[in-house]
Amino acid sequence: MSDTQTDAQSRIADIVGKNDVVLFMKGTALFPQCGFSSRAIAILDRLGAPYETVDVLQDPDIRQGIKEYSDWPTVPQLYVRGEFVGGSDIMMEMFESGELQQLLGNEA
Amino acid sequence: MAMAAAEIERLIIASIPDAEVTIRDLAGDGDHYAARVVSRSFEGMSRIKQHQAVYAALGGRMGGELHALQLETAVPQTETNRE
Repeated sequence: MSDTQTDAQSRIADIVGKNDVVLFMKGTALFPQCGFSSRAIAILDRLGAPYETVDVLQDPDIRQGIKEYSDWPTVPQLYVRGEFVGGSDIMMEMFESGELQQLLGNEA
Repeated sequence: MAMAAAEIERLIIASIPDAEVTIRDLAGDGDHYAARVVSRSFEGMSRIKQHQAVYAALGGRMGGELHALQLETAVPQTETNRE
């Protein structure tokens, strides 16, 4: 790995470690730039737990690095208390089954 | 670049032979798909691992050539439970 790649991995680890609920997405919570990110935000807003977002479009190293970090090829990606939860499809399934609410229960 | 639904199905089955694959072209533009993949091989795997298995089958096309694939995975047992 190059220095910028290693740097991106440690920056991601830092963000994931410092924020209980963090969504890596395209765009911002107010202006999602992709339908999948928009869906992820809608789910989080519905659950009402506080969350942070990282706009991968603002940082090419993070945009590439986040795919390697969890061996997951797409954005959005949700992390709760340091653990990778999944992308928007898994978030939707977990939302519908009530699992996501349970997972975020401590935060909401 | 777009990808044909049949090609997506072929790649998934090449890697997960018992997979029952249902693909819907969401926007009719050959670029936004929803796939449902049901396989016995998913048994005991977390959702993340199941999705990763499908992404692996697509061999790096996901997020590139294939922009939008809404994915749902399940083991056949789940199907029975739902009915």
